[in-house]
Amino acid sequence: MSNIAVSVTGLSKRYRLGTTHAQDGSLAGALTRGLRRLIGGPSASPQPQDTLWALRDVSFEIKKGEVFGVIGTNGSGKSTLLKILSRVTEPTQGRALIHGRFCGLLEVGTGFHPELTGRDNVFMSGAILGMKRQEIARKFDEIVAFAEVEQFIDTPVKHYSSGMYVRLGFSVLAHMDPDILIVDEVLAVGDVRFQKKCMGKMEDVGQHGRTVILVSHDMPAITRMCSRAILLNKGEIVQAGPAHEVVNHYLHAGHIQPVVEWPDPTQAPGNNVARLRALRVRSEAGQISDVIDIRKPMRVEIEYDILKPGQMVVAQFGFNTEEDVIAFIVNDRDPAWYRRPRPVGRYVSTAWIPGNFLSEGTMVVGGGIFSEDPWHEHCDVPRAVGFRVVDPGTRDTARGDVTGRWEGVVRPLLRWTTEHSSL
Amino acid sequence: MAVLVIEPRTGYVQVGWRELWAARELLYFLAWRDLKTRYAQTAIGAGWALMQPLLSTLIFTLVFSYLAKVPSDGLPYPLFAFAAILPWSLFARSLERSTLSVVTEGGLIKKVYFPRLIIPIAATFINLVDFTVGLLILMGMMTWYQVLPQWTVLFLPLFVLVALLTALSVSLWLSALNVKYRDVASVVPLVTQLWMFASPVLYPASLVPESLRWYYGLNPMAGVIEGFRWALLGKSAPDWTMVAVSLGVVGFLLIGGVMFFRRVERTFADLI
Repeated sequence: MSNIAVSVTGLSKRYRLGTTHAQDGSLAGALTRGLRRLIGGPSASPQPQDTLWALRDVSFEIKKGEVFGVIGTNGSGKSTLLKILSRVTEPTQGRALIHGRFCGLLEVGTGFHPELTGRDNVFMSGAILGMKRQEIARKFDEIVAFAEVEQFIDTPVKHYSSGMYVRLGFSVLAHMDPDILIVDEVLAVGDVRFQKKCMGKMEDVGQHGRTVILVSHDMPAITRMCSRAILLNKGEIVQAGPAHEVVNHYLHAGHIQPVVEWPDPTQAPGNNVARLRALRVRSEAGQISDVIDIRKPMRVEIEYDILKPGQMVVAQFGFNTEEDVIAFIVNDRDPAWYRRPRPVGRYVSTAWIPGNFLSEGTMVVGGGIFSEDPWHEHCDVPRAVGFRVVDPGTRDTARGDVTGRWEGVVRPLLRWTTEHSSL
Repeated sequence: MAVLVIEPRTGYVQVGWRELWAARELLYFLAWRDLKTRYAQTAIGAGWALMQPLLSTLIFTLVFSYLAKVPSDGLPYPLFAFAAILPWSLFARSLERSTLSVVTEGGLIKKVYFPRLIIPIAATFINLVDFTVGLLILMGMMTWYQVLPQWTVLFLPLFVLVALLTALSVSLWLSALNVKYRDVASVVPLVTQLWMFASPVLYPASLVPESLRWYYGLNPMAGVIEGFRWALLGKSAPDWTMVAVSLGVVGFLLIGGVMFFRRVERTFADLI
């Protein structure tokens, strides 16, 4: 017996964009076309411009017991792939072979009816997923305990908080005991503690020789949990391989660059006082790098020309998260030059960022040159460079043994002390 | 270990009996959910299910019996009418609900796979519950009018089944068409209304000339309603040629409906 769980060859899905043919969706239009076909007239076949290949010639194999990641931006074909594998929709071309009991669900809590109680919904949802009633009854207590909704199990789910709803939904899914489990963004919902629990459950699933296909925007989760991944873009696989490599590739494709330079002074941002020449992200050792180990210090540098003598200027960096939340803003406080008029020339100012300080994820950095008193901007380029902070999973970080999503723009590793006394 | 092959289907599509049979519990759960939720937050709950056939009987009795003097095969007209309105309601509600069912369950269809045929089947058979309650009322009426069922009552389940299968056979086509052409949803109430007048609900089939009886049987509900009255009230045996033609039509529509439904169901998730 082979050790392949899922094998996909040349899978493609074409959608027709019906908007250009107003008559397409109406009964009258269909009757006209049917009549035309009947009398042997020309039948309107879909024109290339009316179609969209949501998935094109996608092939990959997943081994048994593997946790496999699927990443890509919205509209890259992830959902279409998922829909085909879970048999919600049919491919236009190609085929997929699935070995073993398979569970595909595009949304946690599918089949839940708001008027029904948690208990009823567990049975309902289980039945839709293909579980037998006896099987659900046998696992019922376990499902409810995992979801932590024991108290409310006989309350209609319309009174549930969104967290409870999702927990119960995931719990049913997780207790199906499939050989192959597809999970789509399930970890983006629910509170952090439950996400951790789900992660634990899924990793558990993986270790028992079950196969998990994880579709997520949560790159740290993909890197941490998946051994291999594919990156989809416009319906095609642009990269496949070890998860961390694919994640890196994906992040680069998002135009996050560790360096931006303005070699031509006439094009450089600035005024007659100061002119920006470059922004660079460097590792502790000084290499230009867009992937930074969360434990290691790093530096960001700004290169600029001072064109007018006797100016007192400061460099400034603004650090934003991927979601454009300002993490912090720092001004140059190098005592060697602070509040001192500078001669004309080229300067490189570097801000040192300690290890175990930033959070996992993408940081986008902008830089500028200002005068402080009075406050005056000479140049400022927001979101110019970026880098990626990764937790290597070595358990000596602020994360410790915790898996799952972790909020916050910074993640310092603090000194903790404990006082203990006997009772 | 079972291997699932996912690829584009072309040409003839199997019915998938085994898969359908394996999902029979889902059929039960869907029906059960419907029952539990349909009358949630209503004051008189299932009472609504009876309101319509009872009111129709009242109105028909007034209009057709007292005013128009339509004959009723020697039976008290309210009994004559109600014994037909009951199977007719079963059929009409099943047809309407089942036609809309696929679009109504769009949320499920777009999120998870299960045999799609389950949906219209569940939406059809769920109406047996209202029907059973109505049947109890009919029993009450029969006691009141002192009309007792004969041995013919053994045929009752057969005609009930045919009523359901007729509704299913038509709604398999319509529910699938409704996914792409929502016009269908607007057409169905019209169709059921016209269909009722083409069926011996308000009048006995004996009013239809003998020579046209065969064509009349092309309407499967004609055989069902006549048969239902005969099985329960024992008067005027149905024209068996008519019943046979009805059964033939249902069988034809049903097989075609299943095949059509299976053919187009793969596009459901993309169109809903």
